[in-house]
Amino acid sequence: MKILNLIWSHLKIGITNEMQYRANFFIQLLQSFIALATGLISLALVFSYTSTLGGWSRPELLAVMGVYTLMGGIIASAIQPNMLRLLDEISDGTLDFALTKPVDAQILVSLREFRFWQITDLILGLIVLGVAISQMQQGLGLWQVLGFLVALGLGVIIIYCFWLILTSIAFWAIRIYTLLELFQGVYAAGRWPVSIYPSWLRIGLTVLVPVAFAVTIPAEALTSRLIPITLLGEAGLAVLFIALARFAWRLGVRNYSGASA
Amino acid sequence: MKRYVDFYLTNMKIAILNQFQYRVQNYFYLIGQIAEPIIYMVVWSTVAQTQGGQIAGYTPGGFAAYYIVWTLVRNMNIVLAPRDWEMRIQQGRLSGELLRPIHPIHNDVSSFAGWKVVMIILWLPLAALLTWIFQPTFHLTWYQIAAFFVAIWGAYLIRSMLIALLGLITFWTTRVGAIFDLYFALELILSGRLVPMPLMPDWVQRLASFLPFQWTFYFPINALTGSPTAVELLWGLGMQLLWFLGGLGLLNLVWRFAVRRFTSVGN
Repeated sequence: MKILNLIWSHLKIGITNEMQYRANFFIQLLQSFIALATGLISLALVFSYTSTLGGWSRPELLAVMGVYTLMGGIIASAIQPNMLRLLDEISDGTLDFALTKPVDAQILVSLREFRFWQITDLILGLIVLGVAISQMQQGLGLWQVLGFLVALGLGVIIIYCFWLILTSIAFWAIRIYTLLELFQGVYAAGRWPVSIYPSWLRIGLTVLVPVAFAVTIPAEALTSRLIPITLLGEAGLAVLFIALARFAWRLGVRNYSGASA
Repeated sequence: MKRYVDFYLTNMKIAILNQFQYRVQNYFYLIGQIAEPIIYMVVWSTVAQTQGGQIAGYTPGGFAAYYIVWTLVRNMNIVLAPRDWEMRIQQGRLSGELLRPIHPIHNDVSSFAGWKVVMIILWLPLAALLTWIFQPTFHLTWYQIAAFFVAIWGAYLIRSMLIALLGLITFWTTRVGAIFDLYFALELILSGRLVPMPLMPDWVQRLASFLPFQWTFYFPINALTGSPTAVELLWGLGMQLLWFLGGLGLLNLVWRFAVRRFTSVGN
């Protein structure tokens, strides 16, 4: 209950903060739109030469792009800002202020920042998904929608845990800003279903950097490719990731020594 | 002139020594950059295979060659980001640099040039690894290699001018994020970074021929991986020179008006 309250207050603070700069909404919308347009142009280019790519038709790949944009919005609004702030505080030694608060520190550091205007990506992603679904031959059943929502939720959890593990490295090595670029570069692979990549790369995108779970599997749910066992596997992996992230965080905090205290 | 040469050589040397200290970080940076071309390479190789082995003259091996050389050319295209200009101007840090008896741009161009030397050296083993994995097809001639070596530095200079011009917009407005994004999106499509230019529709290619972007990206890559004639290479290097001089002239002109708008407190 206390935690829900905490989440709600931080969300409110984040939104209130962003409401001060309303013009930024339009700037952000423009930026999201540019990013989406670039993706759509690549898609159009590919389909000017072929009619299917690795067994995926044009509307199906559009659905992948929708999920990619949507998930990108969630990461950029709720996950990445928190982790970047954590990264700064670890290297500056100001994490003390979060650690001394009477609430679980991992929860606190994970929800302090919320970039409300980044939801433009979420909105555009949903629109693209809508267009893609309306173009697909087969309709959408209740099971597909449910499967999609579950897969998406699990994907968010896995990506969050992955980010927390990455950020925890900062407890030992300070200069890891390039990790951010590394993540963004690799995450861009999610624009396309991971099945088109060569096997060694597919394994990397599934196990090393969980792009497959964040984007491809939810998109598989929408395009009736998802088999229950995949979803079950994703749920198992989510549990494993939660435990791993917790472990990395605990280990890191034990290794942390503030600069100010 | 001599003092400029001295300045550039010294500053490059400092940058080289400095960046070699951070070689692990630089390697991470380089590895982070290869994700993007590998994605393009895989997508287009797949398309080429479904279309009977080649599109617009590119086989999967040709795409592999294009996108492996891409990684080096991309690196040569990295210059002081417009966001750094934004910081410099908004936080007033430019004041200190204006006091120097030399235009501040020389410091940026020379230290990034030194960094490039380090990156080229670090790139070589990576290129060997990518070549081993993706089996590109190359038909090299000595004059292609020579032209490539000149062209990557030409690309660096052109992009230094263009990005500095873009950064100078911050002297007039603070909401520059969207402008930068728009510029980078146009550049992505019109430079050959996304796909080799021959894959683009005709009207895009015609549009690109009036713009500087492809001379910083497609031209150097094609110089090494395509089969250009010696005349085409010379023509391309000439175009690079032209765009560099144009950018330099424009930068000088805009700078004159821009710097008058600069005010800062303290520092």
